[in-house]
Amino acid sequence: MLAFASRRILQSVPTLLAVVLLIFVLFSVIPGSIISSMGDDGRGPMDVQVMERMKKELGLDDPIHLRFTSYLGKLAQGDLGTSFRTREPVTSMIAKRMWPTLQLIFAAMLLAIVIGIPLGFVAALRPGGIVDTASMVVAVSGLSMPKFWLGLLLMYLFALTLGWLPSFGYGEGKYLILPAVTLGVSPMALLARTTRAAVLEIMTADFVRTARSKGMSETRVVKWHVMRNALVLILTTIGLQFGALMGQAVVVEKLFSWPGIGSLLVDSVQQRDIPAVQGAILVAVLFFLIINMLVDLLYVVIDPRIKYT
Amino acid sequence: MKFRANLIIGGSLFALAVFVGLFAPWLAHTDPVMDANLMNAEEPPSWKWWFGTDAQGRDIYSRVVHGARISLTVGIVSQFVNSIIGVTLGLTAGYIGGWWDDFVNGLTNLMLAIPSLIFALAIMAVLGPGLTSLLIALGLTNWSFTCRIARASALSLKSQGYVQAAKVLGYGNLRIMFTQLLPNMLGPLIVIGTLGMGGAVLAEAALSFLGLGIRPPYPSWGSMLSEARDQITTAPWLSVFPGLAIFLTVLGLNLLGDGLRDILDPQSRSTRV
Repeated sequence: MLAFASRRILQSVPTLLAVVLLIFVLFSVIPGSIISSMGDDGRGPMDVQVMERMKKELGLDDPIHLRFTSYLGKLAQGDLGTSFRTREPVTSMIAKRMWPTLQLIFAAMLLAIVIGIPLGFVAALRPGGIVDTASMVVAVSGLSMPKFWLGLLLMYLFALTLGWLPSFGYGEGKYLILPAVTLGVSPMALLARTTRAAVLEIMTADFVRTARSKGMSETRVVKWHVMRNALVLILTTIGLQFGALMGQAVVVEKLFSWPGIGSLLVDSVQQRDIPAVQGAILVAVLFFLIINMLVDLLYVVIDPRIKYT
Repeated sequence: MKFRANLIIGGSLFALAVFVGLFAPWLAHTDPVMDANLMNAEEPPSWKWWFGTDAQGRDIYSRVVHGARISLTVGIVSQFVNSIIGVTLGLTAGYIGGWWDDFVNGLTNLMLAIPSLIFALAIMAVLGPGLTSLLIALGLTNWSFTCRIARASALSLKSQGYVQAAKVLGYGNLRIMFTQLLPNMLGPLIVIGTLGMGGAVLAEAALSFLGLGIRPPYPSWGSMLSEARDQITTAPWLSVFPGLAIFLTVLGLNLLGDGLRDILDPQSRSTRV
């Protein structure tokens, strides 16, 4: 297990390096993007001498491979550079916003798991029934609805009309409810559909028929055979959805003025603060890779048939 | 019978969106950008103003109708670019194999590691807002699923008898790929393309909502919702109609994709989610 875990970590390194290279090249090769974006403050063109001095200070005159090596060296020490706008180290900007983002993503995923999986189960146990039809309508709608629209409608209903919850901002528990529900709806829909499909397929498997013919009770069949086998597919969906949530959180954080990595990313893009944009993207990708790695490790735990040699 | 309902409802919703987009200038009551009149500001929906008016007194119905053009252009063009990239890479990787397959696989894994909306944001950060940037950003970031499917199909099809026969007849590799393999994998590709189009419409709306896609005053559904957010207390109807337009268009594409899958890709029916 330990050997597999360490090999799995090593496997992620090339992907991470490739992402670092891709993001670096994206912001470096396009002519003039860094300096012109730094001067892009709406106060007219930047002085040529100032531009030259800044180029030298930032090492932008060096060839690209030298710049990449030095960026990589700093990255290895946890240095993501300094923000163009606030002059603050990007690492500390991100560290401050990490917890709010994690809170939001885990709350949304918890909601999706707690509602989506049982819904899919109930739907699959009585295919074509009322719960099945209703849950599938909700699932298809949930996948087609833009997050920020759902968020706006929830904000209007629960915050502005009923006054039950705060409309936006960051604070104690009740501030988390609306953003988490907004973000959680589409993974919930997807989990309900995945669970339903997985359970329906397993219900017709030979081992389930054998268990039933042995006289095993239906509850035990579902608990022992169906649930455990469906878990692999469900877990895969959860892992993939975590990555998608990191992307979707950008919109939800911005809508609810939630001070996370997503809103940092959008603000930095709008202000063309390139070190902050690069840092925020790298953290999002790192998060996705870590979650995928954990899912791979969990496979081995929940399904003894899966072996990594 | 169920797939017919998907196909009919989905197809009708998508056809309606295309019709509205094509005939927007004739369907709209006023010019979506120029006809601002503060005397009509924030009128609720009525017989005169079907969807109400915004803070500048512009007719929301006309803006929603014109918004269909932007959303569908972005959805169709960017998904077309994604399909071309995905099919070309996947088909060649599956058929040729070797180092090229390893390279394409690595590239696909790389793309899958970056959440597509975040990657699109990064490209928009470099290119700046606007329709062309949106088409490039969304056209370059969502081809990995198409590529995976094209590669898997190419791998399974290349050992088929008719492909071997084509080889024996002396067909070149390119000819085999595009006349023998491609037509036989079109089903799943059309399905993924339809679903991807819905994803692109949502992504355009999200980027415009964040102020990085289509900028006001041009009537993109996403940017209209961004303006609506500031007036949600005084004019809540501003939030309803553009959102409903996005929802119905994407719902139409998703149902259409599901319905097409039942017809074109029947093997996946039992395992689909």
